[in-house]
Amino acid sequence: MQFLSDNSDLLWGAFLTTLSLAVVSGLCALVLGTVLAGMRVSPVPPLRGLATFYVEVFRNTPLTVVFFFLAFGIVQIDLQFPSRFLTAVAALSLYTAAFVCEALRSGINSVPAGQAEAARALGLTFGQSLRQVVLPQAFRTVVPPLGNVWIALAKNTSIAAGFAVTDLTAALQRLANANADQLLAVFAAVVAGYLVITLPSAWLIRVVETRVAIVR
Amino acid sequence: MTSQLAGGPLVQLTGVNKWFGELHVLQDIDLSIDRGEVVVVIGPSGSGKSTLCRTINRLESIQQGEIRIDGEKLPEEGKALARLRSDVGMVFQSFNLFAHKTILENVTLAPTRVRRQGKGQAEARARELLERVGVAHQADKYPAQLSGGQQQRVAIARALAMDPKVILFDEPTSALDPEMINEVLDVMTSLAREGMTMVVVTHEMGFARRAANRVVFMDGGRIVEAADPETFFTAPRSDRARDFLSKILNH
Repeated sequence: MQFLSDNSDLLWGAFLTTLSLAVVSGLCALVLGTVLAGMRVSPVPPLRGLATFYVEVFRNTPLTVVFFFLAFGIVQIDLQFPSRFLTAVAALSLYTAAFVCEALRSGINSVPAGQAEAARALGLTFGQSLRQVVLPQAFRTVVPPLGNVWIALAKNTSIAAGFAVTDLTAALQRLANANADQLLAVFAAVVAGYLVITLPSAWLIRVVETRVAIVR
Repeated sequence: MTSQLAGGPLVQLTGVNKWFGELHVLQDIDLSIDRGEVVVVIGPSGSGKSTLCRTINRLESIQQGEIRIDGEKLPEEGKALARLRSDVGMVFQSFNLFAHKTILENVTLAPTRVRRQGKGQAEARARELLERVGVAHQADKYPAQLSGGQQQRVAIARALAMDPKVILFDEPTSALDPEMINEVLDVMTSLAREGMTMVVVTHEMGFARRAANRVVFMDGGRIVEAADPETFFTAPRSDRARDFLSKILNH
């Protein structure tokens, strides 16, 4: 315990980095994923094609490769993110958005077609029907799968450790390398850090799920 | 075209053809509906009557022909189509009330989002309409908490809230339990009496006799016969109409 409290600054900072990586990327992915899902169901073929292309590219590329590309690949075209943290946020958001999009699209497909028909028959535009009628119902049915995406994202943040972001996994590497005798304590602390993020999420997801449930 | 003039037909279909793949579901449909007219469309299932109803606000597209609402050609897509649809009410067989919104919100959604009415104004009008269809005390409930008959009456109020030029009814009572059919038909009958232009696809022959100005009989994607209800029910001209009527009026 003495060892952990000696390194509490490093561990606490690492925990906050992991947490903010997950939260910021999660929010970005939610917004981008929603836009992509809207594009995938839109009546405009080029939009559908673009979104499908995006999803297939990011869903089928290993996250580490996405990190690599954003950290080193884009330097080739004279681009660079202002910080390593933002590089990680961008990689995690772009990657996770593909999964958010697909979860949401399954939710959109589960909303009865009559709901969108009634909205359009009243004179709502495609965008209004989506925002006012279809998406609010779709979100409710995809709370559990979105919860899975969120938990996967929280753990995927650990890839950032390989790209010079000092998150929990990076702290684990650093402390464990220097103090082999304290390995178990370090492991326990880091795992606890991840659990503090993911376990309450699972509980929160269940609460949200029952709160927003709609009767049909 | 004379249809451009005020006083021309409100809904005009000219040479309308539609295919579902190989199936020719609408064949050379010509139909003209005047202001204040109540047209009841009947026919055996698969005759194309629901499809016809759904082409009028372009929930179904057509491959040939022309549809005009109040002299204006139906736009193909986008904002212009949305604007035109806002003047054409629709009541569906399965009600299609928005499941995540209260009864009141179901009625106020389009007036506030499409017509840009203020919330207070839209709610006052919505409560008036809910009162009129007899479900005012259910305003804060969700659709699933209402009976089918109540839901369908809310759906009528939702359509009326847009002050439509015409309302399309696509088998409005077919999904209802028998004891709830009349409460919906009563609302429709009073609308008809007040001069609302209506296109009603239905199997309710009593309603057709009571409220229709004209009965349109469809079979095999064509309009076989159109006449005033008295003539149609007592002396149908076509064999197919006679055959259809003998089947449904016997029991």
